Amino acid sequence: MRFWIPAMVVVLVAAGVALSPVNEYFFYASYIVLTFVVLATAWNILGGYAGYVNFGTAAFFGIGSYTATVLFKWLGAPLVVQIAAAAAVSGLLGFGVGMLTLRLRGIFFAIATVAVIFIMETLMINWRYVGGATGLQLLRPEVMAPFESYTRMLFVVMAAMAVGAVALARWVQVSWIGRGLRALRDSEEAAECAGVPTLKLKLFACTLSGALMGAAGAPMPMYLSFIEPVSSFNLTWSVNALAASMIGGTIHWLGPVIGAVILGTLQQVVTVTISSEVNVLVVGVLLVLFVVAAPEGVLGLLQRWIRFFK
Amino acid sequence: MFFSWDLLFEALMFGVLLGCFYAAVSIGLSVSFGLLDVPHVAHPAVMVLGSYCTYLLASYGWDPLVAGTVLMAPFFVLGMLIYRFYYETFEKRGTEAGVRGLAFFFGVAFIIEVGLIMVFGVDQRTVNAPYIGDSLRLGDYRIPHRMIVAFGVALVLTFTLSAYLSKTFTGRAIKAVAQDEPALRLMGANPVRIKQWAFGIATAASALAGAMLIIVGPVEPAIDRLYIGRTFAIVVLAGLGSMTGTLAAGLILGIAESIVLMFFGASWAPAVAFGILLLVLGVRPQGLFGR
Repeated sequence: MRFWIPAMVVVLVAAGVALSPVNEYFFYASYIVLTFVVLATAWNILGGYAGYVNFGTAAFFGIGSYTATVLFKWLGAPLVVQIAAAAAVSGLLGFGVGMLTLRLRGIFFAIATVAVIFIMETLMINWRYVGGATGLQLLRPEVMAPFESYTRMLFVVMAAMAVGAVALARWVQVSWIGRGLRALRDSEEAAECAGVPTLKLKLFACTLSGALMGAAGAPMPMYLSFIEPVSSFNLTWSVNALAASMIGGTIHWLGPVIGAVILGTLQQVVTVTISSEVNVLVVGVLLVLFVVAAPEGVLGLLQRWIRFFK
Repeated sequence: MFFSWDLLFEALMFGVLLGCFYAAVSIGLSVSFGLLDVPHVAHPAVMVLGSYCTYLLASYGWDPLVAGTVLMAPFFVLGMLIYRFYYETFEKRGTEAGVRGLAFFFGVAFIIEVGLIMVFGVDQRTVNAPYIGDSLRLGDYRIPHRMIVAFGVALVLTFTLSAYLSKTFTGRAIKAVAQDEPALRLMGANPVRIKQWAFGIATAASALAGAMLIIVGPVEPAIDRLYIGRTFAIVVLAGLGSMTGTLAAGLILGIAESIVLMFFGASWAPAVAFGILLLVLGVRPQGLFGR
């Protein structure tokens, strides 16, 4: 209850704000911040709990976007179907990559996920149906009744998805799965000897994480009314998801949420006030700073302060 | 797809030249990741930094090859500093160095990339030298001189490094630290200093590799992303830390990429390296010449 009541409040507030006459730009920017929340939360399920670094967020995100686009173009499927299908396809991709490389050391998994990004990007560049390298213009469907604009509706959908992703991550963390993942992060051999099914747990985490990333990518083509490979599979998605988790703190589900909100908001401000290049620089510098100086992230810092003042 | 033996021969020839070049750009990683076990995903970014330094010196009228050779000295120091920092912040503290080390180098790669964009812009940059525009004619075939230069430098670099590692005292110490660090410690040697030295050498090699990168073709700040795949594919395919293996793996990738380029078109070529990488990881993760 301590989790579910605030969670419901967040969704209701998001819906309320979407129906109020707030400036359209607010939704435009907040949508991206919420996408970061989903991506970082998803990244943390494998990267934070199990300690396997995934550089392939962009691959899962992009495949989610493309799955949604194909379904929309082929069948005119509604958004909910697009999201579900994107989650399924990306989850499958996560399972496949995991099967191939999760037996190996973490660095090999990390490098393999970079490979997946570029392979998927090359496939989409060469696929005419989805527009190839030039991309595809998409016509948004009619707005549903209570909302003024499509962006407002997407904002509410993304807010619900963020809450859902956090709830899933929280469930993983407090259940036996989370305990198993933490055990294998500290020592894979010891966990295996203690009867933890390490490979199965890693595969589960990788699949769930991939599925959530795909779901986060599904509404993106509708948000932009456009899709093209280079920005869909951009490595910036990967570094953002990773940085948000590292900045917030990887041990608790709250960490990625804090990190994503800080990083996302900061980026929106920097993009508007300075430039989009500086915005990527900010991510890189913050990532390195936190990894070096505050390895436990914002959560760790808060913990230390609370202990200090007690 | 259009097939002819002539075209295949040309693809093979170009592939051999390209492969040697790829081996040269990977040799630094073969030392830093293969031998020292540092998850150096910023290796291609450091190399592109080398390309831009070469570009800067070349704009003052330096020959790019000379510039690359001179740059090896400051890059050697840079490499030692990077390793020292990595050691002090991650390796020394031990726990979870894997995750944070990877995140650290990933962040460094982004900082270098964006730094280059902010200083030089996103445009492609090239250098000029007498051997760059021309090509060698062999009957019907044309081989660009710049590829021959890269081929030569790559061979020299690879063989010098592998001779250094197997013939000299320090080189053997580097190999020893890769094989059994505690044993080296028992012999009274300091593994950290040896690793620092080796990382310096690896970074110096990537300065020269960066010079070749800009000789072979135009360079843009984000090109390092493609080379993450190429360099890691080669190092993993070679088997970690094998220098001659690196040359062989480079040749395999070069030939494969040039055949795909010739028969399927340029849009498929970037996936070759990453495809080989996934295949090797799935089928034979210890590589062809693994220790």
